[in-house]
Formats: sequence, structure tokens, C-alpha cells
Amino acid sequence: MSHGSGGRAMAQLIDELFAPLLGNDYLAQGNDGSVMPLPDGPGRLVMATDAHVVSPLFFPGGDIGCLSVHGTINDVAVMGAKPLYLSASFILEEGFALADLKRIVESMAAAAKEAGVPVVTGDTKVVEQGKGDGVFISTTGVGWLPAGIELSGNRAAAGDAILVSGPIGDHGMAIMSQRESLAFESPIVSDTAALHGLVADLLASGVQVKVLRDPTRGGLGTTLNEIARQSGVGMMLQEARIPVQPAVAAACEFLGLDPLYCACEGRLIAIVAGEDKDKALAALQAHPQGTGAAIVGSVHEDPHHFVQMTTGFGGKRIVDWLTGEQLPRIC
Amino acid sequence: MNDLTLPLLCRRVRVRGLVQGVGYRPFVYRLAFELGLSGWVRNDAEGVDIEARGPAPLVERFIARLRAEAPELARVEAVEVREAEPERSLPGFLIVESRGGHASTAIGPDSALCHDCLEELFSPQDRRHRYAFTHCTHCGPRYSITRELPYDRARTSLAPFPQCPACTAEYADPHNRRFHAEANCCPDCGPQLRLLDAAGQPIAGDPVREAVRLLQAGKIVALKGYGGFHLACDARNGAAVAELRKRKHREEKPFAVMAANVASANALCALGGDEAGLLELPERSIVLLRKQDNTDTQLPGVAPGLQWLGLMLPYAPLHYLLFHAAAGEPEGLAWLAQAQDLVLVMTSANPGGEPLVTDNAEAVERLAGMADAFLCHDRDIVIRSDDSVIRCDEGGVQFLRRGRGQTPRPIKLKDEGPAVLAFGPYLKNTLCVVKGREAYLSQHIGDLDNVPTVNFLEETVAHLLHILDVEPQVIAHDLHPDFPSTRLAAAFAAERGIPAIAVAHHHAHIAAVLAETRYPKPVIGLALDGIGLGEDGGLWGGELLRVDGADCQRLGGLLPLQLPGGDRAAREPWRLAAAALHALGRNGDIEAFVARRYPDQQGAGMIAEMLRKQLNCPPTSSLGRLFDAAAGLLGLRASQRFEAQAAMELEGRAHAWEERHGPAAPLTDGWNINNDGHLDLLPLLAWLGECDDADLGAARFHATLAAGLVHWAAAAAERANLSTLALGGGCLLNHLLSRDLRMGLQARGLAVLEARQAPPNDGGIALGQAWVARQSLGR
Ligand SMILES: [Fe+3]
Ligand SMILES: [Mg+2]
Ligand SMILES: [Zn+2]
Ligand SMILES: [Zn+2]
Repeated sequence: MSHGSGGRAMAQLIDELFAPLLGNDYLAQGNDGSVMPLPDGPGRLVMATDAHVVSPLFFPGGDIGCLSVHGTINDVAVMGAKPLYLSASFILEEGFALADLKRIVESMAAAAKEAGVPVVTGDTKVVEQGKGDGVFISTTGVGWLPAGIELSGNRAAAGDAILVSGPIGDHGMAIMSQRESLAFESPIVSDTAALHGLVADLLASGVQVKVLRDPTRGGLGTTLNEIARQSGVGMMLQEARIPVQPAVAAACEFLGLDPLYCACEGRLIAIVAGEDKDKALAALQAHPQGTGAAIVGSVHEDPHHFVQMTTGFGGKRIVDWLTGEQLPRIC
Repeated sequence: MNDLTLPLLCRRVRVRGLVQGVGYRPFVYRLAFELGLSGWVRNDAEGVDIEARGPAPLVERFIARLRAEAPELARVEAVEVREAEPERSLPGFLIVESRGGHASTAIGPDSALCHDCLEELFSPQDRRHRYAFTHCTHCGPRYSITRELPYDRARTSLAPFPQCPACTAEYADPHNRRFHAEANCCPDCGPQLRLLDAAGQPIAGDPVREAVRLLQAGKIVALKGYGGFHLACDARNGAAVAELRKRKHREEKPFAVMAANVASANALCALGGDEAGLLELPERSIVLLRKQDNTDTQLPGVAPGLQWLGLMLPYAPLHYLLFHAAAGEPEGLAWLAQAQDLVLVMTSANPGGEPLVTDNAEAVERLAGMADAFLCHDRDIVIRSDDSVIRCDEGGVQFLRRGRGQTPRPIKLKDEGPAVLAFGPYLKNTLCVVKGREAYLSQHIGDLDNVPTVNFLEETVAHLLHILDVEPQVIAHDLHPDFPSTRLAAAFAAERGIPAIAVAHHHAHIAAVLAETRYPKPVIGLALDGIGLGEDGGLWGGELLRVDGADCQRLGGLLPLQLPGGDRAAREPWRLAAAALHALGRNGDIEAFVARRYPDQQGAGMIAEMLRKQLNCPPTSSLGRLFDAAAGLLGLRASQRFEAQAAMELEGRAHAWEERHGPAAPLTDGWNINNDGHLDLLPLLAWLGECDDADLGAARFHATLAAGLVHWAAAAAERANLSTLALGGGCLLNHLLSRDLRMGLQARGLAVLEARQAPPNDGGIALGQAWVARQSLGR
């Protein structure tokens, strides 16, 4: 693919690569936009967008293609909505290998198909060599939020329980090990996945859900701090209950990183009414994506909105809200 | 005396300083009485106000003695005299009612029991024989029991204990040393000791005797002191000490001990110079003393592997009673001059790094599983304070930590200025309130990695502002955006609509020295430290600065080393050794080197790879980390159990070498100053990696480092046309380094400013922040 190649080349790319892989009735109409039906009944639309920039483009457990599908579906899903449609726009760097592009689009297509959420419109641009990093993918998702579901980062309240759907930090460490070609004893695989099925099961279980989030950049630590501040509450985590795969824990330990701040792409944070916590745990664990779920902490009143964690010897430390990098602070 | 031919004078005298709550008015009264003067004395908002009438020479003598003979705990700063018309013309001398809404200039620090009170404590005829809450106007707790000012009984934790007739009579008698002793009490009317078991149930019998029995049986007893609880055990009982370490989850960090008296201390450590005097000061700080050959045998496991032992003498009656019981309850004070066998480990009861436990119920709950018994009482601790820690070197006394016995004594500044509140650093946090020419550096607050310590910081801010009656006009804080102290500062300033000024950590280190030395001009600052955030976003810690008030210009830094694994590298000196090899261009040697020095250490290949790939390897110019690298290169230890452990061992080995061979010579060509002003010590590090005599290596490391720093700083001073150097930062607690720097710089004709009133480490940062904030307002 070369930059500035005319409409014919682009049409060829679309015909030969995107259409067969992503193809569906909407795309097939070939219009500038797509016309789609909405579900019946009272409800609202949810829309979310995410630009995906990841290095390396291919990593254990996934690639930028499926990541761009999962990421946006998850943003829609944690609002409590059922994701319906996606759009995708690609920015390709001149000279990017067609074979790699094909792999990425195949992965997107498979992810969209598995999730049952079609890509209904798209766009592709090519930029000069050196002005992109292979490929960037922006996706936008539209979902349907039935009446009666109200999830928001400001709804956590004292007495609520905090759950995660599985081990944290896998995605961040998988990316790092691939990017830096670090050889760990057991390979670490990204957790990237679409969470709307898990969310649907949790909501269907009748649990009073207050907040859902997917802890992507900044990880569990940053996401919980955001929620604590939005809701004006404090949180207390139990370190021993936070699931971390041994390989991730060992790698973090050695590299001097904290899994609390490592990104996840297929994990759900659920803040639910305290009395429903066991029910919520059971609902998560009954779903294949939630077998590793755990109750990791609780919400309490705190005018300072601190997120704290009880550690080994009964000590409690503050889980910081880092504004920047993890700066060393020893003095 | 009453020679009526002498001219009669009437003088009004204003005494300023720490003159309230210390027996100053009774002292004035007795002095006037002795000289036969008439007049009156009263407290007011500015200090003590006196009117003295009588023959001129006697009034003059009176005025001279107001300062010269002031009570032990008083700090007279000014005696201002003017002529005046008499306000009252009655004969005789009176103590009159305090005047002014808030009647105090200052509240005193907590102070050890005085000699007179000790005599009573151990005379069986006295009504306060073995009474644990005895004190007088010359001694006893102050800061820790005062809720607010003015300092009178109703505002202290003695409020719930009305005085009995006997105590009331003492309190009202100007000739009695308990005259206006606000916390006066006796066994009939005052607080009582209780001994509780691990479950909080009372243990029958005399609490002191039973507590001593438990201690002698190897048990761990929580003791309620002035500023908070200690965990105590028999320091001579290795098993008890090991058990305390296990329960406190404290592997190797040294414990401080309490010995009965100087004679007992002398049997443990060789006291030199002024150290006996320092131990006996009423502040009763922990004094770091050099161990002797058999100290570790006498006190197994108390401070293993270090050259220093932290030791303090008893300060509260409770402590004296324990030693007294262990000595068989002799009568009189003779036993207190003799060496006593009992030595107690006294470690702060601060589980999980949280603030000191102060409350009885809280003690039973928070110290569950740690203490076998609690020796406590019903006099509340209002404000907690950890023990102060000091050390004496060639340059005088140096603080490692300011706390009980020191706070809230102010540090005097050169100039007046707006009121400032500084929120301090992240580790070893203290805060600082500046009012007029006085800087009130708070007691040690702690590391702000947990919420109770952050809350303690907030409480102390409110308490100090309240008792000092200060409304800050400007706020100062660290440059690091994520510190809880920074966030509290920003919120505090926003609420009041006042400016908040961010101060770089090492600028503050130097500024703290300028503040206490009242040095008004630009200096070259040498900040030798752990890590702090620099103006350029870098991790600083070995910096050459030009500090001119609020302006701080970086002239150079140590050549950076990388921290493979960030903060983790600071706990594992072998990682810094690897970083040094990498910096020397010898990444390929890392695995072989680690295999040679640390045969059991895994992961050297991965560290080499992290360094090659710059993976979580932030660079730092910290001297603290350079010490770690040196210790790592010599093979001293792979990991540290407490802060600066490796650096302290390195210093210990250098000292040992010096004892045998005299001062080491610097390594020839051990350092370079490169074009961007970096001091590059890589040649020295390369040599250390090959050196198999760790004592020699340590000695030569210190000597070369000092020589390089002296040369570097002196050259910068010459270029900047300055002749004064300020030394700041935690590395100055290294005795050899500070000695060699001081001598080397002075030998080049430079004046050296050092931290003496505030700690040179992060405990002094708040003072520096406050000073910079004030300077920046003035510009
Ligand atoms: Fe520092
Ligand atoms: Mg998003
Ligand atoms: Zn006394
Ligand atoms: Zn009494």
C-alpha cells in the first residue's frame, strides 16, 4: 500500500481485504453511512469511542485488531448497555505490510463475529512513512441501554463491595514481555476479551450493581481511585484477595512494577451493594470469563477519598493515584 | 537592705521567650522577695510583664538576674526595661492575674523529671513516694498533655483530676516549687497506673513490680510514656529481643535502649566528649553512641552489625520506677549513680508504620499479638511525639529526628515575615509553621504511605496552628504531585485562597540549613541525599546548587546511575552494582560479576537486559544510591532490610579500617568532573568491583568520594565567586563523609554551613520549604 495511491487502489483494498473479512449486509450497501434498526422498547443509546495505538501490534493472546473491537465493546458494556454496532477507521503507515494488515483485519473480524457486534461502517487513510506506527485503529460503538439500568462512576457508596472478574495485569505484562522480548519462565498472555456477555449475566442475576469499569490504562489502582473520587468515598482493598497470576506477580516483582497499575483489557471491576456481594461473585464465577473472580474490597466513607490496601502484616498502605509515571519516591 | 538614702526606681520589665509554664513567675516572685522589692508580675500574650520598685542598685541586680538565673526550662530571649509610673503602689510583691485573651507565647516541650522530684519519688516518707505522675514547674510533660492555650490545668489532660487540699495548697504557695504547676497531683487526687494483660484485663498487684517481673521473665510490655507507647523488653535477653523482632515484623533494623543512668550507659558504650551530658539533658533524646567491642554480646540482636547504639535515659517517673524496682527499691538516690543491670529495649509502638499508639484501649487493640502486658494509666496523651534522636560529632550535636523533648521549641530565623505553613516531604514527614522570626518544626510525623499517618499530619497542622494562633498567608509543599502532603497543601491553600508554593526537594534541603544558620546571602549548596524530584523532572539526590533565596540553580549533579526496577533497586544494592557496571560500559560483565559476589542471587541476566533495554531503569544522581552501588560492588549485601542499611555498613567498615590504619588515601584518578558539571565517580566504582578487601574498599570509597565532592564544590564556589557552602541531605548523617567534607572544604578556605537544629535528612525539609516560600514572597 502506498500513500497517495488513488481511489482505485483504495477501492481494491476495500474490495479484496476489508469486505470479505468484515463483510455484512450493512457494509455491503456501500454507502457513506449505514442505516440500522434499534431494539424495541424503552431505552437509550450509548456510544463510546476509542483510538487504539499499541506497540507491538501482535502480542501473546491478541493483536491490535481484536483489541480495537474488545476495547470499545467493553466501554459500551460497562455502561450496562448491549453493544449493537461498531465503526472502524484505520490509519495506515505507507509501506505497512499487506500481510500484517490482513492478519489484523482477520482478527478484528473474528472478534466482532464472536461478540456478535458487526462493523457497519469504516474508513481508511494512509499517511507518509514515519508519520504513523504501522497502523492505528479507531473504533466507535453504539449500544442499547434498557430502561432502569443506571451505572455510573459516582454511584459507589459506603458498604458496597468491590469485585474483579479475574487476575489483573496480564495484558500490560504480555505487552511488555513481547515489546522488550523478555523471556519469562511461563509465558504471559493478554486477557483481551469482550465483556458484554459477562456484564449481561451479572445484571441479569438481580444484583444491585452500582459501577462497572474495565481497568485499562493505569490498571486497577488508577481506576478505583477515579471511582473513589467520582463517588466521594474511600475504599479498602485486601492485597491477599486480589487475583494476580503467579507469572505476572513474579515478573512485576522483578521489574519493580506494581500489578495494581498494569493494564487489563478483559477484566471487569464491579461495585455492588454489600449485601449482594456473594450473589455477584457467584454470577461472575458462573460465566467462563469470570472463573477467576474475587471480592477484593469494600467501600467506606472517607472525606479524603483514599484507596487503601491491607498488606501482609496487617499494615495498610495507600494505593496512590499516580498523576504521572510511577516515579520512585524513596529518599 | 532598706537604705532609704538610695534613690528609688520603678521599672517595667518585659521578658520574652519560653517563660510560661516553666515556673518563671514564682522565680520572679522569690527573687523580688529576696531583694526586698515591691511590685508585681503577670503573664500576658507577649510573655511576662513585671513592675519592680526599690533602691536602684537592687532593681538593677534584680533585672540582671532575670536572665542569668532563669529556671531550667525557661528560654529567655529578651529582657526589655523601661521607666514607668507604678501601676499599684502597695508595698510587697504580688503575682497578679494573667492578662490577654490568649495568654501564651509558647508552650514548653516535655521534660525529664528534675532532681528535687526524684528525691521525693524515692524517699519513703514523702507523700509522693513511688508516685508515677509527680512533677513540678521545673519538669514533667507539657506539649503532650496540653489541649490548647493558655496553659492551665483545665486545658490539659489533668482536667479530670481535681486537686486535693494538699496539692491545692502547694499550687497556691509562691514559695513552693509546685506553685502554679498546672499538672500538679498526688496519689490521693491524680492519675493511677494500671497493668493490663494481653487481653486488656487488670493484673493484680503493684503494677510497677509486676511489670518488672514480666520484663525480667522475658516478656514484652507496652509502656505508656509522655508521647506514646513503647514496646519494651529486657535488652540483655536475646530470646526476648528476637521475639520482639518477630512480633513487630522488624528483621534487622536497630532498636533503641533505655539504661538507668550514665554509669549503666558507660558499661554498654564508650561515652566520649559531651555524650554523658547529652544523655542527661532534660530533653532526654535517644543519643547514638559508638558501641564497644562487647556491646553486641551484652545486648544480643538489639542493633546487630552497626557501629552505633541508640540509648536514652529514663525521663518519666514511670521509667525511673521500673529501674528502681529492678534494683530492689532502695531508698534515696545513691543507686541512681551506680550502674544498674536492667537495660530495656524501647521501641515505638507504631504497628505497621502507622503513628504511635497513645490511647489505652487503642493499645490493647492495635498492639494485640505484640505486647504480653500493658503498663498504662489514665492521664491522656493529647499529642503524640516519638522520641528525638541525636548524635554528637566534631561539629556539635546533630538531630536525626526531632520529637519528644524538642517540640514545640522553635528555631529562630533571621527575619520577620508573613506566616507560612509547610507540609513537608513524603518520608519522615514533619511540617513547619513559621510565625514572626520563629519556625516551629513539628515532631516527627512519619512516612505518608498510610492513611493514619496522613491524618496525623492533618491533626498536627490544625493543632500547631491553633496553639500558636497562626493564620498562614502562604503554603509550601514539595514539587512531587502525588505526595499526600502536596495534595493536602493544595487543598488547604485553595480553601483559603492563599498561594501555594512548590519547592524542589533538594532546594528545600539547602534552604533548611540557610534558615537555621540565618545566612542571608547566596551560597553553593551541596545536597547529598536519597531521591527527590528535581526542577527538571529528574530524580535528584547528589546536587551542586546555587541557592539565592527563592532561586535555585543547578550547577551540576553526580553522574547518574540507573535504577533497574525503580524503587526496588533501592532495596537491592546488587542491582545498583549492576547499574554501575552498565554505566562503565561493562553490561556484558554483569552476570559473571553477580555470580562471583552473590552466588545465590538469581536474575542477573534479566537485570543486564533491563539495563540494555532501558526497561524501568530511571536514572538518578542520588548519592544514597551511589552508596548502595559501592556496597553492592564490594559484595556487602544483596538486599537491605531497612533504609540505608548498606550505607551504614559501608561506613562501619570504613571506620574499622581507619581504626587500624588511620585515614585512607583517596584513590588516584578515582573521579572526573566532566563538561556538563557532572561529578563522575565511575573510576572509583570500577576499582571497588575488583577490590576484595571490603574494609579497605569502604575506607577508600569514603576518602575518594569526599575528595571528589570537595574539589567539585570548591571549583563551583570559585566560579560563582562565593565562599560559603551549605551541606544538606540525609547522607550528611554519615559521620565520616560529613567530617571529611567539613575538613576538606574548610582547608580550602570555605565557610561550611550545616544542619544542627533541624535534622539534615528529610525531617528538616519542611523548614526549608517554609523558608523558600517566604523568600519567594519577598521578591
Ligand atoms: Fe531528602
Ligand atoms: Mg475508552
Ligand atoms: Zn520537678
Ligand atoms: Zn493531691
